[in-house]
Amino acid sequence: MPPVTGSPLLATLRDAAPAVVPADTAWMLVATALVLLMTPALAFFYGGLVRSKNSLNTMMMSFVALGAVGITWALLAYSLAFGEGNAWIGGTANALLGGVGLEAKGTLPHVLFMAFQGTFAIITAALISGAVVERMRFGPYVAFIVLWTLLVYAPVAHWVWGGGWLMTRGVLDFAGGTVVHINAGISALVAATVLGSRKDYSRQAILPHNVPFVLLGAGLLWFGWFGFNGGSALAANELAALAFTNTFLAPMATMVVWVLLDYFRTGRATAVGGATGIVVGLVAITPAAGFVSPTGAIFLGAIAAFPSYFAIVYRSRTRLDDSLDVFAGHGIGGMTGALLTGVFAQKAWNAAGADGLLAGNAAQVGVQAIGVLASLVYAGAMTFVILKLLGLVTALRAAPNVEGVGMDVSQHGEEAYTNGEGSILVIPDAVGAEAPVPALNPQIASR
Amino acid sequence: MKLIVAVIRPDRLNEVLEALYRAEVRGLTVSRVLGHGGETDRVETYRGTTVKVELQEKVRLEIGVSESFVNITVNAILAAARTGEVGDGKVFVLDVAQVRRIRTGERDEAAVTPPVPEEV
Repeated sequence: MPPVTGSPLLATLRDAAPAVVPADTAWMLVATALVLLMTPALAFFYGGLVRSKNSLNTMMMSFVALGAVGITWALLAYSLAFGEGNAWIGGTANALLGGVGLEAKGTLPHVLFMAFQGTFAIITAALISGAVVERMRFGPYVAFIVLWTLLVYAPVAHWVWGGGWLMTRGVLDFAGGTVVHINAGISALVAATVLGSRKDYSRQAILPHNVPFVLLGAGLLWFGWFGFNGGSALAANELAALAFTNTFLAPMATMVVWVLLDYFRTGRATAVGGATGIVVGLVAITPAAGFVSPTGAIFLGAIAAFPSYFAIVYRSRTRLDDSLDVFAGHGIGGMTGALLTGVFAQKAWNAAGADGLLAGNAAQVGVQAIGVLASLVYAGAMTFVILKLLGLVTALRAAPNVEGVGMDVSQHGEEAYTNGEGSILVIPDAVGAEAPVPALNPQIASR
Repeated sequence: MKLIVAVIRPDRLNEVLEALYRAEVRGLTVSRVLGHGGETDRVETYRGTTVKVELQEKVRLEIGVSESFVNITVNAILAAARTGEVGDGKVFVLDVAQVRRIRTGERDEAAVTPPVPEEV
């Protein structure tokens, strides 16, 4: 992340002794909560797009990241990403939250910095689930995202933000176009390939079971994304305001273009299309948010609609069952955003950034491409290795008949939509009492 | 003519419909029903409340066919709906006293599968 630019007075104070700035802390407290909300939002976005028999499982794949990835982050991954280390990986100095106290990290209490970065790790792992929904077993999935956070997310975050080699090379990634979206996108593509397609894929119509959920999820993602991008300034300053405003404008442009593409291609503006357009716009502006002008953000958002839109149209005609188009949305959207950051970036808007192609520095596009390629190769290869190794230990996929019945009942023993008809209460053993015998005969509800 | 009533698993419906289509059986009614056929009870837990789901969701097909289509239809359903596990369902073949097609008033064999080719 770029160095924080503040007022000269604050800078002087900071040079004297690194100190926590209350205003920065206040904004980052809110931003951290906003980013955390994005994971439940993603659960609704993904949950609405799948069939009702898999909706709880799909939502749980996001929710479980809040627990599993969050704890992994605190125990070890934070240290690997942001602890003192070499160009490739951080050290273990901050493992088990060692040395993460109330002292200043930048202008924030160190604990808050750790929590803010943790919310990014959580949403990134959850994003991958969209490629494997409706077929991957829950246990292996949890094991996968934990390993993935340690072996893929933490190193790449270190490269770009933790003082690693991509940071040294001058790759611009304001809020995680590379670390979060390209990383999750390519991992999703590999995961979908390793898992194979759903048994019904391209044999039957598989339709979203709750489009209002999809819209609700997209709206909440946008809301949370103000913390994601605005918070990536790590301060309550002009840079945060710029990132915030660009996060406001770019998805608007993407949505307008997306809906127009829908309209001209199919004659209808679709709700799922509008929601997808918003998310792709948010993805694309993420690396650029604090480096481009608001006008640049509008252009960037508008352009970003095209590659992702046509990638989704093309993907759905292939055998590749990246079920919720994580690669087309986040991988391709992230790449478009990362490369366009190298086009639209202006030092006039962020002195700590760089000039891009339009400001006369064509080389920045090449620098951005290095970041994109490094993430694609590393995350893709590591995801393949992790899944293949897990596949040696346990079955990654549910059996075909289990897939037919649905993942909610088989993985969680719950249903999303049930009226309880035909269900019999199993009375638990009362403590110290004779256990009552539960009725075993089917009881037909009186009509 | 006969009325074929089949109770099958919801997740086999698409396979059965496809098999019936390939067997050129046209015209059927589908309803979602609850039933119990001896399969192992499913246990679900919601915040510590454990329930046994004894009535399972099933799909009921009703198909009126001419005599020559009875075996074709039943065999198509048997092949497509079978998973080998308890709870695959049943097929019933019933005698029918009379069938009338509402649109044309045709009766019996003329009113069920196969349909009379329409004159354009």
